[in-house]
Amino acid sequence: MAVRMEEVLSRRTGDPSSTDHPGHRLELSTEDGVTKIFGFWMFLVSDVLLFASLFATYVVIYTHTANGPSASELFGHDVSGFLAETLALLTSSFTCGLATWEMHQGRAGRLKFWMIITLLLGLTFLGLEITEFRDFVSQGATLQTSAFLSGFYTLVGTHGAHVTLGILWMSLILYQLVRFGLNAVTARKFYIVGLYWHFLDIVWVLIFTVVYLTGVM
Amino acid sequence: MSMVRPPALERAPGQARFPWSHVAGYALSIVLTLAAFWAVLGHALPTKPLLAGILLLAVLQILVQLVFFMHVGQDSKPRYHLWLFSVAMFFFVVFVVSSMWILTFNTPIS
Repeated sequence: MAVRMEEVLSRRTGDPSSTDHPGHRLELSTEDGVTKIFGFWMFLVSDVLLFASLFATYVVIYTHTANGPSASELFGHDVSGFLAETLALLTSSFTCGLATWEMHQGRAGRLKFWMIITLLLGLTFLGLEITEFRDFVSQGATLQTSAFLSGFYTLVGTHGAHVTLGILWMSLILYQLVRFGLNAVTARKFYIVGLYWHFLDIVWVLIFTVVYLTGVM
Repeated sequence: MSMVRPPALERAPGQARFPWSHVAGYALSIVLTLAAFWAVLGHALPTKPLLAGILLLAVLQILVQLVFFMHVGQDSKPRYHLWLFSVAMFFFVVFVVSSMWILTFNTPIS
């Protein structure tokens, strides 16, 4: 690990503050960082396509309730649940942005603080979602009940799986920041997991609108 | 394990001491979310304009995330990620809208 980091750092393109990027863009200070961040945007495009197919499936089948509960029956009786999930995730996207901002100021301590807050909000979101799913299943609304519910659990569950992965991933980056400190490599790693986190918030905004709000309309 | 020290970080001149743009982005995203929520629960509009309205609010919300938090358009490098994300959004719309459109035909298979 140390060898690789030193090798990467030896490929630094000189003083970062002398380039187009101000010195505070540590994650862009190496060729390696720029390339990997670009590569991550390519991954996000493919992830958009995954969610596009799940959204397309959902909007096609969501009226097919097969005598099971409809979207308005399921989501309408407790709208505070999905609103709380939304606010938790929106706030975590904000705190993740603050973490990136502190990283750009070179303040590793505050970066770690906001990462921990972001992780806690992510766990809150996940807890609310698991509670919601358990509540739905206890009302007899399972994955097998209807086409609508298969589409619902697959779409929202795939997003939840992404959040779970994001929490594990960000925890590991937090560990690396504690262990190795803030440098060009750890800055790039945190910047990328931050992009992933904001992206999950974007997907949730669409789920909030297309699944929940349209459901209770 | 040698410690790799970060390079000295100089604050760029004129750089904000407080993350105002993040706070603005957060405030905007909360306002947009609550506006969509109350529009739907209060039945502020008939169904079709309401649907169009909340979709518009969602698109604005996505732009807020992209611009305020993901810093799209703020890099001086060639803006590959801007193009990549535009292509992704195009595919997204094609997938979803064409799936809905094809079903409006509703012709039985003979």
